[in-house]
This record gives sequence, structure tokens and C-alpha cells, in this order.
Amino acid sequence: MGDGMIALDDVTCVHGSRPAIRHLSGRFAPGSLTAIIGPNGAGKTTLLRALAGLHRETRGTISRGARTAFLPQATTLERGFPLTCGEVVAQGGYSASRLFGPTADSERIAHALKTVGLAGSAKRLVGTLSGGQFQRLLFARLILQDAPVMLLDEPFANVDTQTAADLMRLLHQWHQSGRTLIVVLHDIELVAREFPQTLLLARDPVAWGPTAETLSDANRLRARILAAQWDMETDLLMEPHSAAHVAPVRGAPLRDAAIPEAPVQDAPIQDAA
Amino acid sequence: MIHLLIEPFALGFMRRALAGCLAIAIAGPPLGVFLVLRRMSLMSDVLQHGILPGIALGALVGGLSVFAMGIGGVLAGLAVALIAGFLTRATGAREDSQLAGVYLLALAFGVALLSARRGIDLTHLLFGSVLAVDDLALTLMAGVATLVLPVLAVIWRPLVLESFDPDFLRAEAGNGGVIHGVFLTLVVLVVVAGFTALGTLMSVGLMMLPAIAGRHWGETLPAQVIAAVAIAVLSAICGLLLSYHADLPAGPAIVLTAGGFWLVGLLAGPQQSLLRRLAHRAHPA
Repeated sequence: MGDGMIALDDVTCVHGSRPAIRHLSGRFAPGSLTAIIGPNGAGKTTLLRALAGLHRETRGTISRGARTAFLPQATTLERGFPLTCGEVVAQGGYSASRLFGPTADSERIAHALKTVGLAGSAKRLVGTLSGGQFQRLLFARLILQDAPVMLLDEPFANVDTQTAADLMRLLHQWHQSGRTLIVVLHDIELVAREFPQTLLLARDPVAWGPTAETLSDANRLRARILAAQWDMETDLLMEPHSAAHVAPVRGAPLRDAAIPEAPVQDAPIQDAA
Repeated sequence: MIHLLIEPFALGFMRRALAGCLAIAIAGPPLGVFLVLRRMSLMSDVLQHGILPGIALGALVGGLSVFAMGIGGVLAGLAVALIAGFLTRATGAREDSQLAGVYLLALAFGVALLSARRGIDLTHLLFGSVLAVDDLALTLMAGVATLVLPVLAVIWRPLVLESFDPDFLRAEAGNGGVIHGVFLTLVVLVVVAGFTALGTLMSVGLMMLPAIAGRHWGETLPAQVIAAVAIAVLSAICGLLLSYHADLPAGPAIVLTAGGFWLVGLLAGPQQSLLRRLAHRAHPA
């Protein structure tokens, strides 16, 4: 199966001109099942792409011991593409195939489709699938990739509860077979229930370790404060003239306490003048 | 009746034009299908206008030889593709107004250059002329088609992947940029190869319209490609006949014919047509 460890040493990822992740060091142990969680804009997807070698503006070192499979957010894919389910699953065998040779034999494809609950759909067009079925299909492609390390970005977004439960069971099976799994998620209850390890990210790493310790009240509060801070930084960067009155209006309760209400009334008059 | 269909092709220049257009009709639509799937229809506009300054420069430097104009067109097409790609990245992926800016400037620049030189019929360059297909032009068209099809076969699998899930290909093989570059080069070659018969402004038409129409006739990717090629071949034959009998430039005649096939498909084709949608509404499955 190879060494499924991923080690990070002082990793910083830049997105455009601003940092999306700052100074992250640590390691995903071989065979670990880790959730990456954090507020919107915390750099979760950026980190996952960096781990897959897909984010260009990455400083520091990421060392990977084994082949890595990456599952993008399903919403980023073109669902109307004229491919059959069998063809999408066969893509999982792409890197192992030769120029004009078959990517995968039909038996493996049929078996993978059956495993995710899409038995007999090999000839079905992708465009006819529901959101949950589409995510199941992408999991079937992961089965064919058969990589020791799997990186999954929001695999349970926009899927029904039955599908989420079925796919979670698959993740546990893969975990038990010794694979290293790193999953970006936003559902904190699901993480607390199902994932032994958690990385809490708010651009700066907040906590990384056993889930119960990582998701302590103190850590969660710190993540929210960091998120509130960068929201204000972004406002100041984007709209230097209006930040003073924009921030309190859109602000979370945290920020309402920090910034007086007064500018809200003043600002429109200044703008008009 | 049969006389009307056969007689024009008794003429040598009509036979050359037919052979050349058939070559483009076989090589172009498969690329067009991918342009449509990759939501790059606007890019084909950029390329068809972008090659004109290169063709004009080729004509200024090398005279009215198809070879000089072809080289100029290919270089200009690649340059415009690079500029468009850079602008798209630098200004955010959905910035299509930048692309419109590029092709409008390129067209104006090309026309200005051509006007500076006497003895060039602008209408022929822009809209094509069956008389312009000499042996060299025919060799260019057939040669490009002969090159494009095997290269497309080689990059087919990664190109499908890159169109459907670019991150997947990059994570698995890391050569997404190369595939994209090779694909765009093939598109430029076909657009330039078609310019003598079809004109620079209509050359993309024989690539794109059958591809758009193909979506209404085929369900899977191979079916769409086969439908697109079939429509393009029919359009080339019918369009050249229309051009001969109605005394129209070849480019618009062929593109109008392809447009007719698209309209039929859009109204009553077996896939995603208005008729299907009406039938579906009347008897929901």
C-alpha cells in the first residue's frame, strides 16, 4: 500500500495577493482519518488542493509518501457532460492505462458501481443522475483509482442523508483497509461523530489532533475571532472608503461589540457629498 | 434534378473546393464539439478574427501565396490564443469582455493592413471563394486534416478528462496545460486551413455550427462527434452547390446550410429539441 503519510513543514499558500493558509506544519499519519474544518474562507479547499499538488502558489514543503487521489467538489464539475457512468468510473484507471489500451475492465467498473449503490448504471448518462447519485459515481471512480491516500473536498455537500450515510460507511471501510483519508467538511456534528482526527483551520492552524480536543469551545471561539478579523481586513482592503460603515452592518455579533454603531448613519451622507 | 447536383462538380475548381471542404468538414467538427463542451465558443470567435492580421502580414511580406498567408495566420492565431489565455487568467475566468476586445482589435487591424495593399479582394479573404482553392490550398487543407485527426486520437482521452474534470487530470498526470495547448493549436490549424475556400470569418462556422447541431442528434460524446461530422459533410456538399447555383460566396453558403441543419435539430432533433420538450411536457415520463 506504500507509506500513506503526508508531512507539512511551514506551508503557506497564497491566493491572489492574500495568504489563504499561513505557516502550517504537522503530519497526517499513515492510515489516519482526518477531517479539515473551519469557517468559510479558512483555506480548507486551498489546503486540500495543495496536498494534491494542485495549488501553484505554495511555499514550504509538502512531502507525500504515496500516490494520492483527489476528489473535487462535485459542484465544480459539468454535470451535463455527455459521458456515461461507466466512462466516468473508468477514468479512475487513467494513470495506469496505456495510450490506446482500455482504462479499466468492465467487471471492475460494474463492481465499483455496485459498491456505491449504482448497480447496472454503466450505460446511463451522467446528466440523468441526481446530486446524490453523482457523488456516488465520483466515489466509484475513487475505488478504481485505488490510491493509498485520498483527499476529498466536501463529499457530503448537496447529497441526501441516505447517500451521506452510505458514503460515510465507505470512508470507514477505506480507513479500516489502511488508507490515509483527509476530508474537508463543514458539518461539525458529523466530524465529532465520525472522525478520529481533526484539523481546525482559520487560515492560521488553530488546532490539530484528536477530534474531541481540537473541537473544544476555546478553539472554536478562536477560529471565529480569526475569521472575524480577516473579514475586516478584507473589507479594509477591498473598499477603503466604505469599510467603516459596511463592517458593522454585515458583522457577526462578535464584531458588533467591537465597533460602535455610529458610522452607519454618517456614511451615506458623506457618500452623497 | 440530378444534373443540377452533379454538373457543378464536373468543373475542376469545384472538385478542388469540394475535396478541401470535405477535409475541413471531417477534421473541424470533432474539435468544435470540444469547444462547445469546454464553453469556449467565444474563443473560436477570437481565433477566427485573430488570424486575419497574420494573413494580412503574410500577404504583405510574401505576396498572395497561400503558404505565406497560412504561416502568418497560424502564428497570429497562436499569439491571439496566448493573449486571450493570459487575459482570462489575469482578469478572472469569466471575463469575456476582454476576449471581445481582443478579437475586435484584431479584425480592425487585419482589415486596415489589407486595405494598405492593393490587389487583394477583401470579400474573398473574409468570406471565401471556391476559385481561391488552388493545388497548394488543397494540399494545405488535406494536410491539416491528415495531421489533426491522429493527434486528436492521441489526446482524446486526456482531453475528455481535462474538459470534464481538469483538476483530476492535473492530479493524475500533471499535463493539463499541454493538452489544452495542443488542442488550441489544432483549432488554429483547422481555422487557417479553411480560410481560402470559406474565408477567415466563415471558417469557424464549419467547425462550430455542426458541433452545436450535433448535440441535438447524439446522446453520447462519440455519437455527437459522428453527427457533427455528418452534418458538416452534408453542409459542405449542399453549400457548394448553393454557392454555385445562387452565385454566393462559398463560406456563407456552407455556413447557412449548416445553420439549416442546426435549426432542424433544434426544433425536431432526437435530443434536447423543442419538440422533445413539448412532447415531454404533454406526457411526462
